[in-house]
Amino acid sequence: MTLDFSQDFFALFGQARRFGLDAAALDAAYRAIAAEVHPDRYASAPDSERRIALMHATRVNEGYQTLKQPLARARYLLQLAGVDTQEETNTSMPAEFLMEQMEWREAIADARADSHVEQLEKLSRELAGDLKALEAGLTEALDGTTPDLDGAAQLVRKWRFMEKLDQEIGDAIEALLY
Amino acid sequence: MALLQIAEPGLSTAPHQHRLAVGIDLGTTNSLVATVRSGSATCLPDESGRTLLPSVVHYSEAGTVVGHAAQAEQSRDPHNTIVSVKRFMGRGLTDLPDASALPYRFVDAPGMLQLSTRSGVKSPVEVSADILRTLKERAEQSLGGELTGAVITVPAYFDDAQRQATKDAARVAGLNVLRLLNEPTAAAIAYGLDNGSEGVYVVYDLGGGTFDVSILKLSRGVFEVLSTSGDSALGGDDFDQRIFCWILSESRLSALGAHDTRLLLTRAREAKEALTEHTETRITAILSDGESIDLILDQATFHEISQTLIDKTLLPVRKALRDAKIGVDEVKGVVMVGGATRMPQVQKAVGALFGQPPLTNLDPDKVVALGAAMQADVLAGNKGNDDWLLLDVIPLSLGLETMGGLVEKVIPRNSTIPTARAQEFTTFKDGQSAMAIHVLQGERELVADCRSLARFVLHGIPPMVAGAARIRVTFQVDADGLLSVTAREQSSGVEASIEVKPSYGLSDDEISRMLTESLSNVQGDIEARKLREAIVDAQSLTEATRSALANDGDLLDASERTAIDAALAAVDLATQGDSTRIVNDAAAALSRLTDPFAERRMNRNIQRALKGHNISEL
Repeated sequence: MTLDFSQDFFALFGQARRFGLDAAALDAAYRAIAAEVHPDRYASAPDSERRIALMHATRVNEGYQTLKQPLARARYLLQLAGVDTQEETNTSMPAEFLMEQMEWREAIADARADSHVEQLEKLSRELAGDLKALEAGLTEALDGTTPDLDGAAQLVRKWRFMEKLDQEIGDAIEALLY
Repeated sequence: MALLQIAEPGLSTAPHQHRLAVGIDLGTTNSLVATVRSGSATCLPDESGRTLLPSVVHYSEAGTVVGHAAQAEQSRDPHNTIVSVKRFMGRGLTDLPDASALPYRFVDAPGMLQLSTRSGVKSPVEVSADILRTLKERAEQSLGGELTGAVITVPAYFDDAQRQATKDAARVAGLNVLRLLNEPTAAAIAYGLDNGSEGVYVVYDLGGGTFDVSILKLSRGVFEVLSTSGDSALGGDDFDQRIFCWILSESRLSALGAHDTRLLLTRAREAKEALTEHTETRITAILSDGESIDLILDQATFHEISQTLIDKTLLPVRKALRDAKIGVDEVKGVVMVGGATRMPQVQKAVGALFGQPPLTNLDPDKVVALGAAMQADVLAGNKGNDDWLLLDVIPLSLGLETMGGLVEKVIPRNSTIPTARAQEFTTFKDGQSAMAIHVLQGERELVADCRSLARFVLHGIPPMVAGAARIRVTFQVDADGLLSVTAREQSSGVEASIEVKPSYGLSDDEISRMLTESLSNVQGDIEARKLREAIVDAQSLTEATRSALANDGDLLDASERTAIDAALAAVDLATQGDSTRIVNDAAAALSRLTDPFAERRMNRNIQRALKGHNISEL
């Protein structure tokens, strides 16, 4: 038996294929595999082994990043289930959500105009709270007894909006600090 | 031998020779070389017992001098005495804000600037190679043999061009680079292993010319970099510059010649060092026109004139904390690295930010070289199964130019390396047969605000309507943090591909020219050296293959085994002869044959490791 690096990331790290994840178990599995394939282990090895190690380590890092981050993990699960998340094409969102987005943007713009770093940090924390709620929604939609994949795809698209907001807050903080 | 590293724990491994490997801290102001001897890392001194080698090179008709002797020439011959060359690595003339204030005769060259000296035009790569060669010779004399390899440290915040230039310098110096290692990470290894630390640590590394901050999570056997940030043009030199400017304004001086500038910069550095221990210091000098300078600088004034520099270091610290999603209260300790962290006002500012006194128990000048030596020892294969895992990141995002002069990020900053990411692009016009690909590094949205790493054109796209072609551009960052880019047209089965090593610096031809020039030997010696190197490489390959066969020969079927045995015999025979080409060909054939074997072995080892892991989990 050999370890097949083309298998899906859940299988690669020996984790159940679901959204809810034991982060500590994933970390441990990642470290165990990374320790074996990291190019540092092959620094004095022949070229062929160095090349393979680079390839494997790259794949392992990609897998870990994909499973570790909730958004990437949800997107990946949907991809495995053959569901297109339509993040670029489907921009129709409930009016209520869009209103919230506009309020967020205004709050960020105001804090930025006032050079109010603490306010931006506060917004960042609030946003983190909203993301937790999205994560709970995804757990229900993906791991529930009757999975709602379309609903999950919608939550992924919402997350994308929230992620852009987080990016904006980060940029605003950096712009003010530098 | 290297294959033995992944043998199953408990299996007996053939005893092997200790390989001579060193860690080199190639600093802006000073450089050091260290190695691990009988289990502990030490910096190697020169014949006068000094471990610090000033990163100064003096060029003259009489030859090239490096270190203290070159430093002595600084005031007398400033044009030909190159100091702080690290600031020029991978940089063009337009990147230097203060080029006109420096005493050098710069030559603008594509990609990287050059310096005109009395012994010819020198690239910063060659100047750095002269420093590295001095350290290599010191190490080989002290250790009594040729080096197998070296770990060279670079500022974590170095971009791809600066890293590539550093690796090129090592190649020109004749060093086998085992790894480019980030300076704060090297310091963390030395610190963490010495102190058995666990938890989140911040490494604040203020060197002569660069500033780095890295946030690391240390746990048993794993050094994980969570984020890194910094300023690759900020360091102790800038504090000297502030004192220098203060001297000028106090003495109402302006427009000094190169000689006087160098003299006062030296006095400024001495004053900075004196103020670490004393509350005030006297600065005296006699300028070339006979004017004498006699000033008293006290600590309070020094703090005042350097406050903005310290503030400038705290911004990347905040940025790194944000990126790592770590609060100040979660930080277990702050490790101080770099000679400039000796300044009391730096320690005070860092202590105030983190609400705890920074850790200064390791010599800030040596800690990077010591950590690099420890890592070199591991990479050379001198340690058994009790080594550690290093997970580092890239400091700056990598991206491509898209329509409208915008940068599309392909790999975000602080991604764990090695990493790769592919992105698909398409054509803009009907029948478009070529596509220009522009690779950039930086965080800003506009191409003009990022560093251009490489440009290349992908030709041979089959004629199609606009938007039909599928061009897949793959970025691969290796464990040295170096990028290579591949582009491939993959619709309609036609594949055109080109591989680009962003070479802001030098082409392979230029490197080999420098290498040849640096060997003052006749052609015959070079040939003999090449043959010797080929034989050593081939022998290490057969050695590795044989121990692989001994451990995992069962993974091969009879015909595969026969083919590998024959290839092994062919290499053995070739190494008895005197043809470099035959040795290389035989080794390449063996290497090709063992590729699938290597893959199977690596998979088996991973499998074993995971099984062990699962058992311990249960």
